[in-house]
Amino acid sequence: MENKTFYNEVVTDHNMHPLHKHELEDPDIVLDGVNPSCGDEISLGLKVSDGVITDGAFIGDGCAVSQASADIMLELVIGRTIDEAKHLSKLFLKMIKSEATPEEIEELEEAGALEDISHMPARVKCAVLGWHTLEEMIKRLDRM
Amino acid sequence: MTMDTKINEYRKMFPLLSDDIAYLDNAATTQKPECVLDAVRKYYERDNANPFRGVYDLSERATESYENARKAVADFIGAGSSSEIVFVRNATEALNLLAYSWCEDNISEGDEIVVSVMEHHSDFLPWKYMAEKKGAKLVRLEPEKSGAVTDEALDRALSGKTKIVALTQVSNVLGYANDMAHIAERIHENGALFVVDGAQSVPHMKVDVKQLGCDFLAFSGHKMYAPMGIGVLYGKMEHLEKMRPFMYGGEMIQTVHWDRVTYAEVPHRFEAGTVNVSGAVGLSEAISFINNTGWEFIRSREALLTKKAMEGMKQIPGIGILGSEKVQDHEGIITFTVDGVHPHDVADILGKSGVCIRAGHHCAQPLMDFLGVKSTNRVSFAFYNTEEEVDRFLNELSKVRGLMGYGE
Repeated sequence: MENKTFYNEVVTDHNMHPLHKHELEDPDIVLDGVNPSCGDEISLGLKVSDGVITDGAFIGDGCAVSQASADIMLELVIGRTIDEAKHLSKLFLKMIKSEATPEEIEELEEAGALEDISHMPARVKCAVLGWHTLEEMIKRLDRM
Repeated sequence: MTMDTKINEYRKMFPLLSDDIAYLDNAATTQKPECVLDAVRKYYERDNANPFRGVYDLSERATESYENARKAVADFIGAGSSSEIVFVRNATEALNLLAYSWCEDNISEGDEIVVSVMEHHSDFLPWKYMAEKKGAKLVRLEPEKSGAVTDEALDRALSGKTKIVALTQVSNVLGYANDMAHIAERIHENGALFVVDGAQSVPHMKVDVKQLGCDFLAFSGHKMYAPMGIGVLYGKMEHLEKMRPFMYGGEMIQTVHWDRVTYAEVPHRFEAGTVNVSGAVGLSEAISFINNTGWEFIRSREALLTKKAMEGMKQIPGIGILGSEKVQDHEGIITFTVDGVHPHDVADILGKSGVCIRAGHHCAQPLMDFLGVKSTNRVSFAFYNTEEEVDRFLNELSKVRGLMGYGE
């Protein structure tokens, strides 16, 4: 049987050499996300100023998919407005459900490398952990 | 007949086993032989009716099928009588039944319940819940890192207030088989009762409740070639007959009136509602299958596969094996970590090549904490596995770190 794997370079690289996996100094909001079936966990922190995500970081423990996906997500949303982050989050979840167009996947930049996860139900929760946590944070920011 | 031919003959009896996959997650559940599937089917084709209720011949046949299965289980584990066998869904339900029912009348504030830190959540959470409910103390029994329970550890955990001790015979993570007869003696000298979780032992070794000296034994059918949804709680009659029901409803009563109820005799008192006759029939057939295959053959095969796997794993860089370094301390179970690679990634990579192993905390998070690991991988064997499957597992495992970006 062929060893089909979605552990492509983008995923393994972000897993081994994450850009945003560290403690964030003076975050404006911090939220923990847990995936109980696998035990993946992340703690996501953001700095937000005038509706723009100016910085973000996470710490966590989990499989390569969950950790790389969170790292790729931060790379994508830092410097963007909250509304843009919401939009990207919607696109990512669409992609995971195999409902995104090629143009939409293009918009997701490196996060598009996780497209194949849509065919692996057992791993979907890992890929969306960071994004779900981000969505929940945005909801809380909206209420602030 | 050569060994390979003999194993191939056995593998043909299991419809799901093929060369496509290497099924190495037998501690989670085993595959089912044709004879068990046939027995279940034949029960429904020939003998199915609601047992205990009808007086017609068909219902009596259903009752007989169920009670014959109970006798087969009693003989298999050396129980004093069939009445000491309570059919439940699985070991989890057996342990919940026991904890809820027994603790309700036998545990008071200040009493102590001893549970080892290596228990499966099913032998931990019911005791934890009842201890909290009754204001009792849940006392930690700490094994060695191998899983061995020493006399010193027992001495530390037991006290004059200990009422009951729950311990697994074989850890589902470490694979270590403890000397239960010796432990039972110490616990009884201390005046407490002894509950054995046999989920990982009963399928892989001769377990005799009289030799173990336990008061209760819980196990699941699905880990020993029987269907899912049938399990067993064995209890000494002197304890069972004093226990209150766990669930209330049909078939567990003698008489019911608006203002007074008397409950059925043991074991029916604990089997409320229409029972799982086909599951019991399947379990009975699985027991015949094990007896016909023979413990000597089953045990020697599983020991050989475990030895081959463990020796091979020690040759692969970055693999850490939990528990004892000695292969004979692993009853068909090897739990391990891969440096720098999360267990879910390991299991996923192997899974893509058809090698089925487990990843996670194995429903034993307190043990993971105790050993200082978050989650791990586990490979576990049944006698029907082959040396080729072990080679396939080792070969795929050796590629994992490379695939995840670690150089040579």
